[in-house]
Amino acid sequence: MDITPLINGLDGIPVLGLLFQAIGYLVAVLPPNSTSIMSQATPLALAALCGVLCERSGIVNIGIEGTMLASAFTAWVVGVAVNPMFQAAPSDIFGITIPLVIALIAALGVALLISTLHAWLSISLRADQIISGTIINIAAFGVTGYLDQLISKTSPAGAGEFTRFTPPDALTNLPGVGWIVSMFLNQGPIAMSAIVLIVGAQIWLFRSRWGLRTRAVGEHPRAAETVGIDVIRLRYRNVMIGGMFAGLGGAFLSIEATNSFQLGMTNGRGFIALAAMIMGRWTPLGAFASALLFATFLQLGQLINIAPPGGDLGSIMSAVPAQLFDALPYILTIVILAGVVGRSIPPAADGQPYERESAT
Amino acid sequence: MSAPLVPAPTPVRRPPGLASRVWSVAAVPLVVTVLSVLVGAAIIVFSELLVPGHPFDLGLPLVAYSALLSGAVGNPDAIVSTLVYSTPLVFGGLAVGFGFKAGLFNIGAQGQFLVGALGAVMAGVALADAPAPIAIPLAALAGIIAGGIWGFIPGFLKAVSGAHEVVSTIMLNYVAVQLLAALVSGPLKVPRSPSPVTFDVGNAAFPIILGRNGHLGIALALLAAIFVWWLLYRTTWGFEVRAVGANPDAARYAGMRPKLITIATMTFSGALAGLAGTSVLLGVTHSMTSSFGTTVGFDSIAVALLARSNPLVILPAALLFGGMRAGAGLMQIKAQIPVELVDVLQATILLFLVASPVLRRVLRTGGRRAGPTGVDTIVASTGGEAVAI
Repeated sequence: MDITPLINGLDGIPVLGLLFQAIGYLVAVLPPNSTSIMSQATPLALAALCGVLCERSGIVNIGIEGTMLASAFTAWVVGVAVNPMFQAAPSDIFGITIPLVIALIAALGVALLISTLHAWLSISLRADQIISGTIINIAAFGVTGYLDQLISKTSPAGAGEFTRFTPPDALTNLPGVGWIVSMFLNQGPIAMSAIVLIVGAQIWLFRSRWGLRTRAVGEHPRAAETVGIDVIRLRYRNVMIGGMFAGLGGAFLSIEATNSFQLGMTNGRGFIALAAMIMGRWTPLGAFASALLFATFLQLGQLINIAPPGGDLGSIMSAVPAQLFDALPYILTIVILAGVVGRSIPPAADGQPYERESAT
Repeated sequence: MSAPLVPAPTPVRRPPGLASRVWSVAAVPLVVTVLSVLVGAAIIVFSELLVPGHPFDLGLPLVAYSALLSGAVGNPDAIVSTLVYSTPLVFGGLAVGFGFKAGLFNIGAQGQFLVGALGAVMAGVALADAPAPIAIPLAALAGIIAGGIWGFIPGFLKAVSGAHEVVSTIMLNYVAVQLLAALVSGPLKVPRSPSPVTFDVGNAAFPIILGRNGHLGIALALLAAIFVWWLLYRTTWGFEVRAVGANPDAARYAGMRPKLITIATMTFSGALAGLAGTSVLLGVTHSMTSSFGTTVGFDSIAVALLARSNPLVILPAALLFGGMRAGAGLMQIKAQIPVELVDVLQATILLFLVASPVLRRVLRTGGRRAGPTGVDTIVASTGGEAVAI
């Protein structure tokens, strides 16, 4: 097919040339930033993992965003509180200090508390799961905002952050694959454990008894109950464990990626994670892959402002308001949600409260 | 979807008197509000411990609450200010509540609010010199249409591809924030202004009809609540909306078209939220800065939930939250409690509300073993199709 008239018709804009420029820009700019992309993907992947665990057992968790926000705040504020009590120098690998560990544990505890609340409301009280999750989001935003206002009056210093492991130069400088090495190894402890947790969850979900039971409860709880599975207990357990994953993702934001807390710093990551979960067809590895895609767009939105592409592509992009690139991940989420959701089938009992058959 | 949830039968030993009827309706919201006030007091006392060097005072909650109250209803100006704060909450609450009735959860009220205000400011600036009787309706209409478009998108996506409205509306909230920032710091910006701000809407501003700053929007909010009630309970379309919300399958067998209703409901809901933004822009701010945007979106969800989506009950619910917002400033001045305490109070009210089955059991409203009736009304109103996100 002859496409020259088409190209000429576009008023001399060399479409193919632009395409090559775009690809060239991506190839040039993405591998050196692979570490940052993984950092963007970590909270998304952990939150998506929370979504997978909850929804595979039949509980919709919209409150992931709020859980992450509360954990991020807790990690930071507990770090502020306990930091003066310990003077030990950070360890060589990961920069681990006692305050940071305490902060992390506190963040996980808060996440556990919140997800238990969601479990109680949606499993025991059989409240609408979306309303329960939304209220958790509103509550987390309100409480962290209030406490942050109170505490930030004294502008306290945080407990620092976990540092990244530096893999040997021999590995990161390998031609062709060096950027993959730094992507996964030039990371802090939470990002690294996220990778392990995701692979572990994949195996767990599809190769273990608990995983089989989880999927059974998510598809047909009544049938699962008739073969002796305690639906209520399993759902509680999954929601609570999932909540801790979300908490880990929240803690990552305030004590690994940065060492500060900003109001609403999760910025919709909990919701983007839900889209990543759907795109990944409710599997941990699929969700991780989707999280990486979203993370690439989040990172590109920043890179375009920092290191804009040159040539014709650059001059076109500089004509577009910068806010468009900031909005890109959210638009992408909608597009993917609309495009993929029809072919991606949720667990059959997702979102439905379960009521035991009465003994009488 | 589980079996249709039947409200627990109320005991019919004797015809209930007016007092007990009122009690059974008002008990839960009242007790919930009182409990939240107590929790808020505990939080105030606790937060005194957090700020080092603050003199510890057990009476501070009393100081804070009395300041909140006098800031909300203490004098005629305060009451008008409460009405002004409540106005967008009525529109927003109606928007979210109308969605609930069709089984749709429109969390995107915030985005539709922003885009609605954006539409109003664009039309308002263009019509700033036109005579007011022309400028005001056209600017308001622009806001309504803009909000409606922002609501149409998730409704259309839901009907066509099944994309769940919760995620898509939240994403559109973030897109709306960026859109607003791009326009206010770009084409709409006053040239050579040091900070991004648009021109004043001039003649398109709502006239003041009450006190010092009570604008036309207050009257519109009252009319809107009545209109939505009439629409829901006295028109065929309202019946279809409620039927689709109660049971989409049954509605489809009865010859209704749930997908069309979904699109129409989301568009109408977005238009109402857009009107909320319009009322703030044309009634209060008259121009737009890049930080335009309030907590109206979240507050609207709270209002709709507290009022159980009933358009007429939304009025007092909006007054409650509007009053808290109006009084928060005075509370911050007199008791040094951040205005964000209102967010906390609101969240506790919602949490107690969702846990209201437990409350009902304690209060013994609605029979010996009331069960989850309190939530059922909410479940039944958001039910619809399986809520897989």
